[in-house]
Amino acid sequence: MELRQILFIALKELRDRLRNRWVLAVSLVFTVFALVIAYFGGAQQGMVGLRSIEPTITSLVSLVIYLIPLIALILGFDAIVGERERGSLDLLLALPVTRLELLLGKYFGLAAALTLSMLLGFGLVAGLLVWQTGSASLEPLAGFVSSSVLLGLAFLSLAVMLSVLASDRTRASGLAIALWFLFVLVFDLLLLGLLVGLGGDTGGAWLPYLLLLNPADVFRILNVFSLEEVRNLYGLTSIVPPALAKPWLMALVMLGWIAAPLAIAQWRFRP
Amino acid sequence: MENSSPCPTDAPAIQVRGASKHYGAVRAVDGVDLEIGRGEVFGLIGHNGAGKSTLFKMLLGLVHPTAGDIRIHGAQVRGSGFRAVRRTIGYLPENVVLYDNLTGMETLRYFARLKGAPVGDCAGVLERVGLADAARRPVREYSKGMRQRLGFAQALLGAPQVLFLDEPTTGLDPEAIRGFYATLRALREQGVTMILSSHILAELQERVDRLAILSAGRVQAVGSVQALRERMALPLRLELATSRSGAAAVRAAIGTLPVSSQRWQGARFFGHFPREARMAVLAALAGLGSDLQDFRIHEPSLEDVFFGFAD
Repeated sequence: MELRQILFIALKELRDRLRNRWVLAVSLVFTVFALVIAYFGGAQQGMVGLRSIEPTITSLVSLVIYLIPLIALILGFDAIVGERERGSLDLLLALPVTRLELLLGKYFGLAAALTLSMLLGFGLVAGLLVWQTGSASLEPLAGFVSSSVLLGLAFLSLAVMLSVLASDRTRASGLAIALWFLFVLVFDLLLLGLLVGLGGDTGGAWLPYLLLLNPADVFRILNVFSLEEVRNLYGLTSIVPPALAKPWLMALVMLGWIAAPLAIAQWRFRP
Repeated sequence: MENSSPCPTDAPAIQVRGASKHYGAVRAVDGVDLEIGRGEVFGLIGHNGAGKSTLFKMLLGLVHPTAGDIRIHGAQVRGSGFRAVRRTIGYLPENVVLYDNLTGMETLRYFARLKGAPVGDCAGVLERVGLADAARRPVREYSKGMRQRLGFAQALLGAPQVLFLDEPTTGLDPEAIRGFYATLRALREQGVTMILSSHILAELQERVDRLAILSAGRVQAVGSVQALRERMALPLRLELATSRSGAAAVRAAIGTLPVSSQRWQGARFFGHFPREARMAVLAALAGLGSDLQDFRIHEPSLEDVFFGFAD
């Protein structure tokens, strides 16, 4: 494996996203999103106006969980299948570039674009909040942003996997939407159904571990333990066993969610 | 499987032994043997679905053979041992679509970096394919012919020793086709091995040293155009025009010759005769003197050869 090949491909992907203003557009989405939440997030409590960082993050957690997976899936679903459909995949693979280098180059380039958008978008709002409200507890902010990045990278990895497995772009986009529904909307419902179905008697011990099968839930757990308010909001501490209550462990699980789909993609990306 | 080091000096440019690619019951390529010498210009011809593209991709290591062995400059076209050889290969896929958002120059630089070719050569290569003026324009503004030329340009990066050109003149206007073949002639003088496929057979027959005719995944014939013609023993075609007073004498002379499928059209005559009767026909025609106004003897075209083998 040659790192420079990965780097060249990654740089092209990143530059493409900068040039077609994808990074700018997605940064703006995150900025506007975070600003609206910071300003109107307290409306239910009868307050309107800029809140400090912590309550803003609390509201953001429950909303970016929908948005980030969607953006990551849209970003990555045609990474390989797009090149295949265009006819440039054969050209790239006839060069001294291995399939693994191409896959990793694509992934790292797109990952850089996504990470940059999140850092810009959230960073701008965080800066504004710190300046306006004077609150300076940056630790929860760092936790939130890094877990958001991990969430994005995990779904990007899933998207790149789809782009290898799908035979054309249309199918890849369909699969991406299906995956979003599964992980973001359906999974928790199924889990809840299972819990109710089991009557809460037998499943108590192992059921929470099923949460690890969904990167969106891992993201939720990650944020639960960083913020008191999130904990209170979800009451999740009561169901998440202490064994999972370790941010570093959850971060490792998230890294697994980044590595596993890429490994499957490499396995299926055969001549 | 052993993977010998690239470029042993005596190895042929391309060596294919018993290469097959089966997709379930479909035999896209079936037991192909080929040897292409260094510096040779080799044509690959076949109907759509004959296995031409699959064989092309197998030669480039893009499709792994179900069975058989393929080597370029002695190195197997798979695994890490082949990376060094890839740097010496240029490939122009059929109907290549490059990146619309990049300029011609950016496209070439990207490919040059990945190929390990000097980025400084890009301007010269663009000049060579006649795109110097369009170097800073985005590819989305390029015509089909310009895109094809840009595709050719990336194949030329890094001074390749073997060029794979799949339907290379698609979308080019006659002048660009002339320019393209002028470039190929120059490359040939530098000893570059070239494998071309084309549907325009008349275009290939003047330009390849040898060619392979592919049908149903198998090589039906390999050889020079002349050798294939002779092997097919295709009849030569005779076309002549009589002078005003000579029609009767010509008719009489033709009556003595083994000419088949005869057809008269006013004072013009068309027919076929076997290759071995060539000298007899010439002698008879020479004896006609001023009774004959004009005559032509045509070799069978490559199309005739091609369809003879492929059917």
